[in-house]
Amino acid sequence: MDVADVKAKTEAAPGVERHDVEAVNAAALGSLYKAREAIYPKRVAGFFRNFKWFIMWATLGVYYITPWIRWDRGGDLPDQAVLIDFAAPRFYFFFIEIWPQEIYYLTGLMVLAAMFLFLATALLGRVWCGYTCPQTVWTDLFIWVERRVEGDRNARMKLDRQPWTGNKIARKSIKHTIWLLIAMATGGAWIFYFHDAPDLLWLFPRGEAPVASYFSFALLTATTYVFGGHMREQVCIYMCPWPRIQSALIDEDTLAVTYRKGRGEARGAHKKGDTWEGRGHCIDCQQCVVSCPMGIDIRDGLQLECIQCALCIDACDSIMDKLDLPKGLIAYDTDLNINRMAAGETPRFRFLRPRTVAYAIILTVVGSLMLYGLLTRDYLELNVLRDRSPNFVELSDGSVRNGYTIKIYNMLPREQTFVLGVAGLDAPELHLVGDPQTYDVLPPLTVGPDQIRSVRIYVTAPEARLPGTHQSPVTFSVENTEVGTVNTSQTVFVVGAR
Amino acid sequence: MTDPSNEQKDASVGTTGHEWDGIKELNNPLPLWWLWIFYATIIVAIIYFVIMPTFPLVSSYTAGTLNQSDRVNVEAAVNAARLERVERGAGLGDSSMEQIRSDTSLLEYGLAAGEAAFGDNCATCHGRGSQRIAGYPYLHDDVWLWGGTLDEIRQTIRFGIRADHDQTRFSQMPAFLSDGILTDDQVGDLADFVMSLSGSGGEFDAINRASSLFALHCASCHGEQGLGDQAQGAPNLSDRDWLYGGDRTTIIETISFSRYGVMPAWETRLDPITVRALAVYVHSLGGGEEETVSATE
Repeated sequence: MDVADVKAKTEAAPGVERHDVEAVNAAALGSLYKAREAIYPKRVAGFFRNFKWFIMWATLGVYYITPWIRWDRGGDLPDQAVLIDFAAPRFYFFFIEIWPQEIYYLTGLMVLAAMFLFLATALLGRVWCGYTCPQTVWTDLFIWVERRVEGDRNARMKLDRQPWTGNKIARKSIKHTIWLLIAMATGGAWIFYFHDAPDLLWLFPRGEAPVASYFSFALLTATTYVFGGHMREQVCIYMCPWPRIQSALIDEDTLAVTYRKGRGEARGAHKKGDTWEGRGHCIDCQQCVVSCPMGIDIRDGLQLECIQCALCIDACDSIMDKLDLPKGLIAYDTDLNINRMAAGETPRFRFLRPRTVAYAIILTVVGSLMLYGLLTRDYLELNVLRDRSPNFVELSDGSVRNGYTIKIYNMLPREQTFVLGVAGLDAPELHLVGDPQTYDVLPPLTVGPDQIRSVRIYVTAPEARLPGTHQSPVTFSVENTEVGTVNTSQTVFVVGAR
Repeated sequence: MTDPSNEQKDASVGTTGHEWDGIKELNNPLPLWWLWIFYATIIVAIIYFVIMPTFPLVSSYTAGTLNQSDRVNVEAAVNAARLERVERGAGLGDSSMEQIRSDTSLLEYGLAAGEAAFGDNCATCHGRGSQRIAGYPYLHDDVWLWGGTLDEIRQTIRFGIRADHDQTRFSQMPAFLSDGILTDDQVGDLADFVMSLSGSGGEFDAINRASSLFALHCASCHGEQGLGDQAQGAPNLSDRDWLYGGDRTTIIETISFSRYGVMPAWETRLDPITVRALAVYVHSLGGGEEETVSATE
């Protein structure tokens, strides 16, 4: 727009310019900051509430019980089913034992988890947020405690408005004590994943546990108490990046907790005996609003703050029952169908869409690769590191010596004895560094359970039997002759230019 | 596509007046707890300012009530490491190779300390890794002028070769040509003879002519078969290893003018434990010899 035009139009008095603006931070626009307004979610009953209880107890149960599951691995290995042992360093998961060099399994797991989340989000919207996110699960638990101690929505609101009576002090302190106990149990359970649980339970109260466990315990106790008890929806709205990412993952075919505005509008109070003709089914009772743990109105449409916990569905359905109207004024539906219904068309569901197919393919491929890797995994690994400086050494009698550092990984929980072989050279002389003897065949090497043994070997080719080329392939092999497991490693023997 | 909820938001919180392609910037108020966190960081900063060194002064800085200083910490860590070195290295003291080998931690310490000291002091002449420098023994192979057992290597390092020390390893070969002992032709014949000892050439007639010369002038130190003598540092002439070079020209030069390679006596430069660690390291490079029953110091 031309500046001159604006000027011409707005003159406060002849020759006095008037700016056509509103103060950006005008008092009328409100404070720059906004204190959190307490939300008092009302108790609802129904299918989704029950389902959420189930998910809550199931996930909490898995979280608290898992470290206590025992799994005998034999030997001196830990008998904890799930253990992340940073000191060893190993990751134990039931029959799987991951070594640090196999960290790609963790990468695979992350890819799987991400893809599964993407797929679930594309199909069912924010089910992660609504049901399984720890923030949701623990907030639900904290609200449950709050309701048990202080009563439902109205009682809680009344209690908060009250002056500090003995009753209020008692109830509040009971609530916060229970919250803190839950928070401590949460932080307490976390550390059991990183240390033998019974042992840590013994050491922890005595102050003899690792410092990291006290730090983790304190941190998780604090975050659980603050996030679950005090911040709740603030975490989802202001701290979590996932709602922003999700808006890119959903489309008009994604199922989401939705108010069917075509059926609901125009909303308004309804008296007994009044006809439902010519008006919407929403009686504007605000049950969906008071039951919402996020403090929003689902009837405003899809919004960032909505974690799609489906509690408003239960709240609305119970009202629809009372009014003898069909359930589902608020329901899992797609953006597309809401508009189709409003236009009088039949609903249409498309679960097979390019993005869901792509996610499913990636899931299948990565999952299969991981499974294949785990099933065909070697429990014996051989690493051969050729000396590069010097590459080869000419000895006084004209023979040539190459040095190799050999690492044998015994990934089984028992001691194994291996025969180490060198193939590709014509009768070389072998030396174990530190052992003065010369061998044609190396003596068997014993590797302890779940351990790596490193040996240095000198391979000497006598002058009469030097390989013809200045570099020739050599194959090292380790074999457990009792059970027949073999692993080989290719390298070269260098004699240099002659 | 316009979302009704956004329009409602416009009305409730207003916009900043900024708009790009129809996208308006809402003027949502910041949650109050963000402000608290901001204040909390200020408080933390003040506490940090008081307890930690933070502010530069003209010639020093505010030390802070904790008296934390990385310089002091590093010094303490270095001193602790030094003490630990002495403690761990003490075991190297009078251990035989067999004892060091059976003590994994001692061996590890010796190899690590030796490698570091080798890089600092020895690699200049002896080279690193596969580096071979003519005139300086290559320590990866099995050739030893003065012996390759742990004790012999240690003695060589301690007292040096032709060094300024009473107990230094010493040997001297005459400069046969420049001292006037032999003629040009005789030196040439002798070179052919020396080459024949290791099977690397030599003219038949020249070898015949020189055999008596070798017996007379060389065999006393190098032995009749030219096998050398580690006790007097006389090189083995029958092997494939040449300190200065095995071609005829170089051999003639060696016989004519002699060689006089020098290694310093490290005892006066390095502490005894480092010398031992160096011996362990050099011994481990691939050519270390075992102590035999007859070997005595």
